[in-house]
Amino acid sequence: MFRRSKVGAGLKPDPTCRIVSIIIMNPIEPLIFEKSSPGRRCFSLPACDVPEKSIQALLPAKMLRKQEAKLPEVSEIDVVRHFTRISQMNFCVDTNFYPLGSCTMKYNPRINEETARMEGFTKLHPYQPVEHCQGILRLLYDFEQMLKSISGMSAFTLQPAAGAHGELTGMLIIRAYMEKKGETRHKIIVPDSAHGTNPASAALCGYEVESIQSNAEGLVDIKKLKESFTRDTAALMITNPNTLGLFEKDIMEICRIAHDAGGLVYCDGANMNALMGIARPGDMGVDILHLNLHKTFSTPHGGGGPGAGPIGVTEKLKPFLPVPRIEILATENTEIAERKIVEVNDRSPLHPHNSVSSVADLFHLNYDYPGSIGRVRAFYGHVGMMIRAYTYLLSLGKEGVCKVGEYAVLNANYLRHKLAKYYDIPYGKTCMHEFVISARKQKGKGASALDIAKKLLDYGFHAPTIYFPLIVEEAMMIEPTETESRETLDAFVYALIQIATDIEQQPETVRNAPQTTPIGRPDEVKAAREPKLKWEMRMG
Amino acid sequence: MDYIPNTERDKEIMLKEMGISSFESLLENIPKSLRNFSLTLQKGLSEPEVLKLLQDLSKNNTHTNNCISFLGAGAYEHYIPTIVDHLASRSEFYTCYTPYQPEVSQGTLQVIYEFQTLMCELTGMDVANASMYDGSTALIEAALLSIRLKERNKVVCSRAIHPEYRQVLKTYLKGFGTEIVEIDAPEGITDVNQLEKVLGDKTAAVLVQNPNFFGCIEDMEAISNITHKYDALFVACVNPISLGVLKPPGEYNADIAVGEAQVLGNYLNYGGPYLGFFTVKKELLRKMPGRIAGETVDSTGKRCFVLTLQAREQHIRRQKATSNICTNQALLALRACIYLCALGKKGIAELGNLNLQKSHYACEKLSALNIFEPSFKKPFFNEFVLKARGNHRITKINEYLLTKGIIGGLDISAFYPELSNSMLLCVTETKTRESIDRLVAELDKMR
Repeated sequence: MFRRSKVGAGLKPDPTCRIVSIIIMNPIEPLIFEKSSPGRRCFSLPACDVPEKSIQALLPAKMLRKQEAKLPEVSEIDVVRHFTRISQMNFCVDTNFYPLGSCTMKYNPRINEETARMEGFTKLHPYQPVEHCQGILRLLYDFEQMLKSISGMSAFTLQPAAGAHGELTGMLIIRAYMEKKGETRHKIIVPDSAHGTNPASAALCGYEVESIQSNAEGLVDIKKLKESFTRDTAALMITNPNTLGLFEKDIMEICRIAHDAGGLVYCDGANMNALMGIARPGDMGVDILHLNLHKTFSTPHGGGGPGAGPIGVTEKLKPFLPVPRIEILATENTEIAERKIVEVNDRSPLHPHNSVSSVADLFHLNYDYPGSIGRVRAFYGHVGMMIRAYTYLLSLGKEGVCKVGEYAVLNANYLRHKLAKYYDIPYGKTCMHEFVISARKQKGKGASALDIAKKLLDYGFHAPTIYFPLIVEEAMMIEPTETESRETLDAFVYALIQIATDIEQQPETVRNAPQTTPIGRPDEVKAAREPKLKWEMRMG
Repeated sequence: MDYIPNTERDKEIMLKEMGISSFESLLENIPKSLRNFSLTLQKGLSEPEVLKLLQDLSKNNTHTNNCISFLGAGAYEHYIPTIVDHLASRSEFYTCYTPYQPEVSQGTLQVIYEFQTLMCELTGMDVANASMYDGSTALIEAALLSIRLKERNKVVCSRAIHPEYRQVLKTYLKGFGTEIVEIDAPEGITDVNQLEKVLGDKTAAVLVQNPNFFGCIEDMEAISNITHKYDALFVACVNPISLGVLKPPGEYNADIAVGEAQVLGNYLNYGGPYLGFFTVKKELLRKMPGRIAGETVDSTGKRCFVLTLQAREQHIRRQKATSNICTNQALLALRACIYLCALGKKGIAELGNLNLQKSHYACEKLSALNIFEPSFKKPFFNEFVLKARGNHRITKINEYLLTKGIIGGLDISAFYPELSNSMLLCVTETKTRESIDRLVAELDKMR
């Protein structure tokens, strides 16, 4: 990581702004366009080995591009240095602790990357005949079975591209189900502590969103829910544990209220890490659940994506799942509609320990679901992410999955306990996998949640999620995950205690943070008021 | 392996420090009845065991490297320069979060900014966002933007758009009260006369793909003019590789240009993850879905980058956001960015030309056999449709080719019943003359 404080004193950037710096610690890396020089090449294509015709002979002139696209002209070493240097301006899980609440920034095992990059997966075309794709189809099928077991849901679709896409798919299923019942319900209830994607997904599907206020304990207010959940309510969208890191202890009654009113319950599974091996949403009575493979199942966040947001449903909602569905077409001699988990003696040699399908099974993609909501994307979903998540679950196994929830909850409570003396924690006595601090006390003394977050960067820790959930003033949402050691947690506590002490004595040192990062605080107002969203060649 | 550093001993120390006798007491809010279930997972495996298992599964697939494939249809095989994998494998890029803390995310932010610039250069559009899930959802977001902006309830869509994209459009718009009108493409391109007949003051947008699903190049200029006559938005869904030679959407006055950028340095991956891109004219900037990076200065006046115009997004605007998208395809956008830098100004034009030359060579050779005839007589880029003649059957032809290690074109009769016994072939720069000649020679034996 570049440290601004370490940048050699007296070194000035090239005034022409075409910086070709050889100073390794220079935290300014020009844009690749600024490194462009006419005639430079990075990559050579093979020569044309078929008899070449002029382009004009093949295409009418009016269809042709007149001006070349001004892509940079750079050499291979330019490109390699450029991306290597800018990569070093990032914090990441591999370099820094990332206590981002609700984001589950756990370690991304390397073996997952290794398996996802196997040629037999990366070079497989989605329209190849299914006989060519039996390996991947088996993997996806077995992965669905694993998710069913972990979540307690009856069936899964792996298609949604991310959590929010899963939410949308869930909303479409709810609408299709209600239509089938001949009911038009136009309302979705969302607690005020919910992720922003929840109301946005419901609205995208044409639903009216009613926000209900949490009770004094930070949980769903049962009385209010009963009043609000009328016959025009299609579903409740709930997050459990909620975004305060609290388990909704009345979850079973909440589901009953929705069901008694003829409605459904959608569960945002962003916080599933807390429940791994501890409890299952399917057993709580939820009807639809999305899982974030990039949170709970260790696939990397990639600087914003790709993720994957498979959704699980109960038996009655199965007919509405998007197509295609991955199914067993047949086994030798037997037709199979739905297969239960296969016992030990019937495992495939391909899956010496973990198969739920048998060796003779043939898989296919089934489009024949007349009640289905249809397609939610082209092809079959983020297969690359599923390979990673499947690899993770094979490595973990049953005992590993159970330890995930346990150690995630343990780590969060340990941090919570140690910080409670220094910061307000408005809700709960204990927590699940995360908890929310309020920095209102510190704000009164001259440093806000934002300032504390920035100061943490100077200590080498990524900031927690701040100003969310909206129901906590000066919120700082902290989620350590199970993949951090006691020592890391102690170091983080130490930093937060130091910051609390600094705020008492010299709050300006916190307000002026960060000082050691590649850049200081950016002017976000300028960015929004005078949007400059691409590089443009400077004239003259 | 569970990747959990803390041991039983750590756990005891931690619980003791918290003054708690057992871990279970932390779970007292969870009803007892929920704690009683059995996981039907097997025992965890060691690294060599997992690797062996996945290797076996991957070998149980026949992939495009151990046969010659002429499949395209929305997912394309292009050569990926080695530096793309190497640079995108830096964990500073792939293990970081969305760059909400710009001070420690300049790497990701600069990549997004460069990606936006590259996509604008390629498409000739004014503004690009940081990415969408895939080509299909990018197209749907363009339709949704148009419906919101124009407050009209009809979307007109060429039937030559990828059939799966049109299916997704139907899924999203069902129940919205939005009418989707499809325009035929009897001669391989969208019927402009039919299009003009259905346009009116209810039309929010006209959606056209170029090159379209059949590989044919549309008269985008004409469609754009007609669309604007009715004050609707013109949405172009384009293949970025084709823009090395084809006229970019900015030049035919498209309002929104979207598409699938898997072609830019991303693997086939059995259909995903892919990379949707989304570009607009500057008037539509504040209606755009998804994340956008912008330039600004830091506290010392130094140039830097941030996520900006976030008031459009779900985490601020909730149900009033321009889209529900949160997680996007940042890592694939990084790959596209590296790929385009590697190709450079000359490379993208050369690549476009190679695709054009090879596909035309293949089409000419195949059409000379008595087995096929081209289904359409329109200009095309790197894909074309052939219809089997006489007693020849596409299914039989493809079955035969598979026995020779060749994957023929996609049989499109399931998508277009009127185009029975036809296949869509794709020839990119990855096909050598030798492999094309082999396809021709094998088919010649079937005469």
